[in-house]
Amino acid sequence: MRKIKPWLYLLPAILFLAAFMVYPLIDVFIYSFEEGYNSASQTFRGVGLYNYMYVLRDPYFIQALKNTFILVIITVPLSTGIALLIALGLNSIPKLKDLFQTIFFLPYVTNTLAVGLVFMILFKKTAYSDGLINMLINMFGGSSIDFIDGPYWAKMFVLCFYTVWIVLPFKILILTSALASVDQNLYKAAKIDGTSRWRTFTRITLPMISPMIFYLIITGFIGAFKAYSDAVALFGTDLNAAGMNTIVGYIYDMLYGNGGGYPSYASSAALILFAVVLTITAINLTLSGSGNKK
Amino acid sequence: MNTQDYLKIEKAANRNRRIRTGITYFLLVVWAIIVLFPFYWMLLTSIKSYGSYNAEYVPKFFTLSPTLQNYIDAFTQVPLARYFANTLIFAIITTAAMLVVIVLAAFAFARLEFKGRNTLFSLFLSLMMIPNELVIITNFVTITNLGMRNTFTGLILPSITSIFYIYLLKENFEQIPDELYKAAKVDGTSDLKYLLKVMIPICQPTIVTIAILKVIECWNSYVWPRLITDDENYFLVSNGIQAIRENGFGRENIPAMMAAVVVISVPLIILFLIFHKKIMAGVSRGGTKG
Amino acid sequence: MKIVLDHLTKRYPNRTKGEADVIAVNDFNFEIPDGKLIGLLGPSGCGKSTTLNLISGLETATSGKIWFGDDDVTNVPPENRGVGLVFQSYALYPHLTVRQNIMFPLENVKGKDRLTKEQMKEKALEAAKLVQIEMLMDRKPSQLSGGQQQRVAIARALVKLPRVLLLDEPLSNLDARLRLATREEIRRIQTETKLTTVFVTHDQEEAMSISDFIVVMKDGIVQQIGKPQDVYDHPGNLFVAKFLGTPPINVFEGKVENGAIVVNGERILEIEGVEDQDVYVGIRPEGFLLDEKGTFHCAKKQVEVMGRDTSIVFDNPASVSESLRAIITLDNRDAIGDTVCFALKPNKVEIFKKDTEARIDYTVKGA
Repeated sequence: MRKIKPWLYLLPAILFLAAFMVYPLIDVFIYSFEEGYNSASQTFRGVGLYNYMYVLRDPYFIQALKNTFILVIITVPLSTGIALLIALGLNSIPKLKDLFQTIFFLPYVTNTLAVGLVFMILFKKTAYSDGLINMLINMFGGSSIDFIDGPYWAKMFVLCFYTVWIVLPFKILILTSALASVDQNLYKAAKIDGTSRWRTFTRITLPMISPMIFYLIITGFIGAFKAYSDAVALFGTDLNAAGMNTIVGYIYDMLYGNGGGYPSYASSAALILFAVVLTITAINLTLSGSGNKK
Repeated sequence: MNTQDYLKIEKAANRNRRIRTGITYFLLVVWAIIVLFPFYWMLLTSIKSYGSYNAEYVPKFFTLSPTLQNYIDAFTQVPLARYFANTLIFAIITTAAMLVVIVLAAFAFARLEFKGRNTLFSLFLSLMMIPNELVIITNFVTITNLGMRNTFTGLILPSITSIFYIYLLKENFEQIPDELYKAAKVDGTSDLKYLLKVMIPICQPTIVTIAILKVIECWNSYVWPRLITDDENYFLVSNGIQAIRENGFGRENIPAMMAAVVVISVPLIILFLIFHKKIMAGVSRGGTKG
Repeated sequence: MKIVLDHLTKRYPNRTKGEADVIAVNDFNFEIPDGKLIGLLGPSGCGKSTTLNLISGLETATSGKIWFGDDDVTNVPPENRGVGLVFQSYALYPHLTVRQNIMFPLENVKGKDRLTKEQMKEKALEAAKLVQIEMLMDRKPSQLSGGQQQRVAIARALVKLPRVLLLDEPLSNLDARLRLATREEIRRIQTETKLTTVFVTHDQEEAMSISDFIVVMKDGIVQQIGKPQDVYDHPGNLFVAKFLGTPPINVFEGKVENGAIVVNGERILEIEGVEDQDVYVGIRPEGFLLDEKGTFHCAKKQVEVMGRDTSIVFDNPASVSESLRAIITLDNRDAIGDTVCFALKPNKVEIFKKDTEARIDYTVKGA
């Protein structure tokens, strides 16, 4: 009895994990190699790499891959940089720090879909109105652009902007607490020694918070590669039609929805995504590792 | 250098400091406006009448004739109340069930001794790296095959465990001194009673934080509900808002849409305003979005 | 470099509106002679660290002036004062090696005064040799013991040849044995460099053992300044008497009556030159002598033998101390009965005014 008891406590967790994590993990590999799987009859023709070939040749997937990469490359450095600036600003104003920090955190607790709708309205150009953002652009002498149904770069701009808006709270929070946890005596010592502001930042602040910056970059990459619901919020569920699909969007479209019913293709795409994320994370870790040794 | 020079240096330094502080405040205020503006805009639009909104070719930053008609429309013309109730049920049951599962598991890992404990825990931790996108495909097929599409059971089941929260809670449980457990054992307290009467009350702050974070996560979940429900009666708010957007009010009734957006955003914002310290502390201990 | 603190005052505005300002340092006047080591001593919150920060320039005085030699440095920013500061927590840059840490202040120098890399290395090595850590130059701070880290911090403070060395609780993070060794080390370095040094501590034993002068502070106000032994032997008031010495001084309520100090109705010491009044009576633990003819009767509670000393813990109805303790040299402790009779060494007995707690001078009758 004594030996069984711990396992009884663990049983629910183990059961759920086995059913909804371990088994699916194995299954997704199997799916990805089953050729011609038919979800109605649950039969398949053969085993091979066909699904991967199909996905990699699918123009929608290529589009999604391209969109996702652009999104990642723009938003990860941008959001980390802005977050660092804001965190530095926050830490230099002890009086209103809490107030600002609370405001800045607000996007974290909002429904991505719901607020995305607001962004859409702000940026959208319709027959009735050019929208608020276009009004601002007009004010500065530019001409109206449809950010939601218009040119590719405009849509990508909105997507990046919204993504940064959404991910920033987390990064600001992490960096602000990282900055606050740096021993203040180090700054006093530097001040006594007449260290310039810039040198204090590059030689003390940055090295002291670099683990957290790397953490944010790594989680930022992983998160940005999984972008999906922000895009849905802005451009609607038919992302392929909007040309704004992401890898994750492609997976779900393959699984379900108008073009759905292909779990095998979805599995292959998911594994390709996983491989990409794993590779990028490995590269990041190697870079940060060698950076730290120096 | 004499005192005069030093005073000059001091003055210049003060001036620079003031300029720096000014710029800092300016940038922070700009970002605060960017953060708050969408919230202002959704509130503002939600109280503009349909007619007056559509008459504004150039959007106005205020309205002189606020109306609550949009809120009435949001509750009568689309099943917003149902989405709302569904999400509430989903969030509460999922969070409650998850708390039971993770408290039991964290207790076993933190307090009970058994063979293979560390191995099993490492196994759990390694599962934490598995992205949701990888397992969701099979889960979709599993739930479909079990005939649980468009049921609460189907919605809830896959999100009942969270390894991360087990990990967080285990760390917290382990901070309770061993002596307490030994004292309870000497007094003849059973493990379960010790868990309920000692560990849970002591770790209540962490448990509350986890519960809040999970509720937020449930409230905002979109992908899984979208896959598993196509019957409007089981839509959660995220799917609901998407449905409203695509074929909601029969016409592009943006003020009514914004009213719906306000309604589904308000609970979380209230939760945040009450618990912002707890939520931010919990998130900075290693939470990630979603 | 002599340091003059001239009516130095530091107030902080109170956080709660309407409340009076907090005065961290109140009208501090002192001239620190060149090349001496000064111990700033007091309980936490007494303003000693603020005083140090005022000298370093990390904080600016509300009023008053600070002079380094003939320079008025009151408004000079810290980096131009030429001070070396050592922190309780060492404040070493954890990502830099010992060498890089020590070189850090030199690398801040711009313009024509900037040394070449080689000169910097040379200087760093010199400083390291002075504190005897030259063999640890390529380690990171985390690979050093607390004592070694403290030496690195001192080397970093010394490398830019400061005019004044400031030490903020430098020994508090060390364990007891290291504290003793590092204490001697600091004294040695100070003697070798002949730097005017200000040393902040809450530990009276530490301050007494290495300082040329000690400054006892309480609530922002200087209580007494003097050579350690003088302050111990002639405390200016009851606070100083209680703060210096372990075990602490024993305090009784008593009075001066008809040419004698009276405690609990017993005339314990015949004195002259003091009017009759109520007083506090302080007796150092080493001021007691076991004497059958002694006039001070106390109830024995316990006898503790610690190495060479025997200490008697006793009780007296007039006591205001938490516990009373006498340290005596005695071989046969069984000889102590339940009631002990003490005679007193006159120079170990102090009396203080009941209201101001200031010490009252007296002469022993017949002396």
